[in-house]
Amino acid sequence: MQSVLPSLFFYALATMILVSAVVTITRRNAVHSVIWLISTLLGIAGLFLHQHAEFLAAVQVIVYIGGITVLFLFVIMLVNLDEAAKKKQFAGQWKIVVICAGALLAELGFFIFKGAEGFYFAEPAGGSLQPNTQLIALALYRDYLLPFELASLLLLVAMIGAVVLAKKDLK
Amino acid sequence: MLNEYFSSVDLLVLKPAILLTLFAIGVLLTDLMLEPEQKYLNAVMALAGVGFAAYSLGPWPLGLQHQMGMAGADALEAFRGAVIVDSFGIYFMWLFLIAAALSILISIRYLEIEGEHRGEYYAIMLLATVGMMILAIGMDLITLFMGLELMVISIYILTGYLRRDRRSNEAALKYLLLGAFSSGILLYGMSLLYGLSGSTDLRIIASSISQRPAGDPLVLIAVITICGGLFFKIGAVPFHQWLPDAYEGAPHCVTAFMSVGPKAAAFALLIRMFLVPLASVRDVWLPLVIGVAIATMTIGNLAAITQSNVKRMLGYSAISHAGYMLLGIVSGNENGLKGIMIYLMVYAFMNLGAMAVIVAMRRKDIIGDEIDDFAGLVYKSPTAAVLMLIFLLSLAGIPPTAGFIGKYFIFLSLIETGHYGLAVVAVLYVAVSLYYYFQIVTSMFTREATDNVVPALSPGIRLALGVSLAMTLFIGLYPNPIIEVAGNTVASILR
Amino acid sequence: MVPLSYYLVLSAILFSLGVAGFIFKRNLVTLFMSVELMLNAVNLSFVALSYYFRQLDGQIFVFFVMVVAAAEAAVGLAIIISVFRNRQTLNVDEISRLKL
Repeated sequence: MQSVLPSLFFYALATMILVSAVVTITRRNAVHSVIWLISTLLGIAGLFLHQHAEFLAAVQVIVYIGGITVLFLFVIMLVNLDEAAKKKQFAGQWKIVVICAGALLAELGFFIFKGAEGFYFAEPAGGSLQPNTQLIALALYRDYLLPFELASLLLLVAMIGAVVLAKKDLK
Repeated sequence: MLNEYFSSVDLLVLKPAILLTLFAIGVLLTDLMLEPEQKYLNAVMALAGVGFAAYSLGPWPLGLQHQMGMAGADALEAFRGAVIVDSFGIYFMWLFLIAAALSILISIRYLEIEGEHRGEYYAIMLLATVGMMILAIGMDLITLFMGLELMVISIYILTGYLRRDRRSNEAALKYLLLGAFSSGILLYGMSLLYGLSGSTDLRIIASSISQRPAGDPLVLIAVITICGGLFFKIGAVPFHQWLPDAYEGAPHCVTAFMSVGPKAAAFALLIRMFLVPLASVRDVWLPLVIGVAIATMTIGNLAAITQSNVKRMLGYSAISHAGYMLLGIVSGNENGLKGIMIYLMVYAFMNLGAMAVIVAMRRKDIIGDEIDDFAGLVYKSPTAAVLMLIFLLSLAGIPPTAGFIGKYFIFLSLIETGHYGLAVVAVLYVAVSLYYYFQIVTSMFTREATDNVVPALSPGIRLALGVSLAMTLFIGLYPNPIIEVAGNTVASILR
Repeated sequence: MVPLSYYLVLSAILFSLGVAGFIFKRNLVTLFMSVELMLNAVNLSFVALSYYFRQLDGQIFVFFVMVVAAAEAAVGLAIIISVFRNRQTLNVDEISRLKL
């Protein structure tokens, strides 16, 4: 029983993620889509937690769900989407459907055919992921200092841009 | 303990980027104190920032390396291997600074007419330049991704900068959506590269991929997704759909900037990716690049013929130029890469020059970007008409203008590596391009002027035009200095 | 424990769903959400690989991807607002002033 539980978690979360994702892109009502997106993101946060990435799981919930999806909801409320709900939802581009489905099936077929060992990756180097937050902090401020500073510039630009583009009256 | 985190070398290596950031923040702050008539001071400050950054790069071309005490072909690592400052990176840093300076010069009057003259514009443009610089010197997937996104998000904002103009809104929207989509695809490829090697450092990825067996499906998917993402950024077919719309809808000065700076930065990233991590799987991506190059030249040139909007035509011509430059990657030898580097530098001058003329055409009620607006320009303003003629000739690649030099080296490299068919096709398309560039020329010189509106050459535009013209003719007539610099640069990345 | 390839297949399926959503949807906000799905699929892939290698690089990358996603969402939604202010629709078919 001990060894089955992790797999069970994975299958449960994976199902939740896939079902929510499919529903997200098939809803007509944008608010419904956002809610199902939240469900997808929660499932992913659960998988992060499952893989000992606690910091990222927390950031996923706080930033993605608590920030980005709330922003989506704000914008949906600000603009009037009633008439969008009445339009036909899918374009008739069936050829691309076939290509996408074909590519996906090819990859899955390869996986099933070769078995789980078919995809092989580089050797694990060993090391530790714990204590998670401390190690991430060390990495961010030492190994990845430059991208970190660039991230702050990026957020500055995004803030300026959002104000310049969306503010009602700029004087 | 601080030495473990941060050394003085890191700061010195990033001097240009740090200066640009400081001046960008300075522009944001001083903008608060300026009256509407004084807003041009923002541009002055931004130009000062570019000037200081250029000064910190030392004397052309490799002053930064001499400051560090390095020889020509050396490369300096900084930030624990996240960036590598070699002559390739420094060359591109110069290019970006030139593009930024010229774009700022032509933006002043244009934004005044549009009524959107604010400091934020210059700040965002400077920060976009910082992102571009990181793209040229990055050696790590995370660093490159952040530099790419910093550049690209800044450009999205600048594209949509004219809030009240529907074309600008739409252009920004299309660009952002398709850009985010392609970033996602690029990112997926990066995740595969990480999986194949266990590291985000390009050199470690290179050695891991070279040890893989041939025909490895994971490597194949990684190559395809990364190529897809990169081709989008340079506007290659079939991911070129966003480019004409973005060029047409964006403010003229932003089109000028994004046709030169981000394109060069995207090519720097492309060269880096093909030469370092994907070097050992050249036989996988070569057919792909050849096919895309041919398709890009074809669609770029043929679609440009039917355009009546000059900016849109220049957008399709930009697509075709990307196709020519991809041929340099196909041949991949020293002359090919040298050709791409020269091409990008020259392209900066001639494209910015042409766009400067278009910016000058913007008057109170006239947008100024249709071919009809250029009718009879030679009677209204002979200077502008002749300048436009020279820039168009350079874009087509006619000697003795600078545009010829870049194409020459790329075609030479194709012949050197045996791609005769491609060389012939490319030259044929150059002939085709003459046709649509000359549509503008005939409009300027042979048609009657439809109105009396004279393009206003503000001091900023005059300066930009002067510099562009001077460099276009100088490089065309006396190309040896730039050839030598490009040659040294290429030698440093091909070793 | 579930093998690594399961995670990567899940990520691939999720990524394809995002791509499909992007290609077929007509509503702008839903297009955006499809891009978010794609980015989350990549994040999943990175965390799974990071766990496999017992290294933090993948998790750090995810951190930065989240930053980028937030910035892109902010700017994108601001553009959507400015588009909407100038024309009262969010249907992609009707936003075709710029011809393809």
